[in-house]
Amino acid sequence: MEAAPVVTLINKRRSEIVVRWKEYMEERKDSSSIIDGRTIETTNDNFVDLIFDYLADNQSQDRLNNLMGRILALGWPLSYLTNGVHIFRRVVSTLIIESEMEKAVILDYFKAMEDLLDPIFNNLIEDATSTWENTVSIQKRALMELSAPLIPVMEYLAVMPLIGTIDTERAKLIMENLLEGVIAYRTEVVLIDITGVPVVDTMVAHHIIQAAEAVRLVGSECVLVGIRPEIAQTIVNLGIELGEFPTKSTLKKGIEYALELTNRAIVYKDKPSGLRL
Amino acid sequence: MNIAPNRVEIHNEWDIVRARQSGRERAKELGFGHVDQARIATAISELARNIYLYAKHGEIIISVIDGEKRGISIIAEDNGPGIRDLRKAMEDGYTTSGGLGAGLPGVKRLMDDFDIVSEEGQGTKITAKKYLR
Repeated sequence: MEAAPVVTLINKRRSEIVVRWKEYMEERKDSSSIIDGRTIETTNDNFVDLIFDYLADNQSQDRLNNLMGRILALGWPLSYLTNGVHIFRRVVSTLIIESEMEKAVILDYFKAMEDLLDPIFNNLIEDATSTWENTVSIQKRALMELSAPLIPVMEYLAVMPLIGTIDTERAKLIMENLLEGVIAYRTEVVLIDITGVPVVDTMVAHHIIQAAEAVRLVGSECVLVGIRPEIAQTIVNLGIELGEFPTKSTLKKGIEYALELTNRAIVYKDKPSGLRL
Repeated sequence: MNIAPNRVEIHNEWDIVRARQSGRERAKELGFGHVDQARIATAISELARNIYLYAKHGEIIISVIDGEKRGISIIAEDNGPGIRDLRKAMEDGYTTSGGLGAGLPGVKRLMDDFDIVSEEGQGTKITAKKYLR
């Protein structure tokens, strides 16, 4: 293989490369880093050893994947890792230039070095991004599960607490879960609690109105609760008509209202002293 | 006070959230109360959503007004299809997207100053301002 002379050079000068590499790494060290010097030292040792291990073998794809797995398992920031590979390349380039070989030979060495180190760099980025993408998609799914739960509270009554931003995807889920739940639990009244929704703009309002309308079509009633004062004002400013859609300021008032609608009320067995009803 | 304007590019729904969060933060720093913070965030949400809905791409620029009256300025700019009938777009209940049609007139009511320039086929630029009382 063409890379051979460069690999021989790298292996022969290993200790020298390690020293120089560490010096550069030290210079680039993030001064704000909270990690103590010894940890950095060990990690640097591990990292550079891994690169050498990889180079010592005949750099197969398997070995490369193995290398990536082990580097990423160190759990260090990607910027540190890419920086490490860059510095490795710089140190080796310096060695090649200092070798005072003929220009043509130096160019060959350079090319061979790039063939050697580029895959490490590219795979590092690819693997790290695919790990992130994976994490993001898992979290997205986890978020979706929390997205719009319909909780049956008692007979005929269910609550849907909404927390966080409502986007189109979530609005669809709200509608689906509402309709499914209303039928499954034979719910008469659903309380939609928007205490945790930071902004109610026309789109969010539109989705909630549509959901309530759909619930009305299957024979139940929606009550909007948890309307904070500032949300009430923005709804009025926007000129959104909530018209025939009953609203209550708090979940507690919503529950009382829902009980009234279904001909029930909260009755205390013995009115506890000091407790205001 | 000399604060660089905050630009948020709008390409997807999450950018809308980013834009209004950054607007709310800036409004809070400036000393706007809860209700005005909500108004500003909601106005940005409407403007950013319009960009996403009609023009697909554009940007929201949030800056501080530091003159006689202090306040916050929001510019929503895109190179989208533009608005054919501005007078109609400012009417309550008028919509071309099946929405509530409260967006633009709503933003005008939420803010103190509202200015819109739109050229069909060229794009739209909306400037909305809110002053500290």
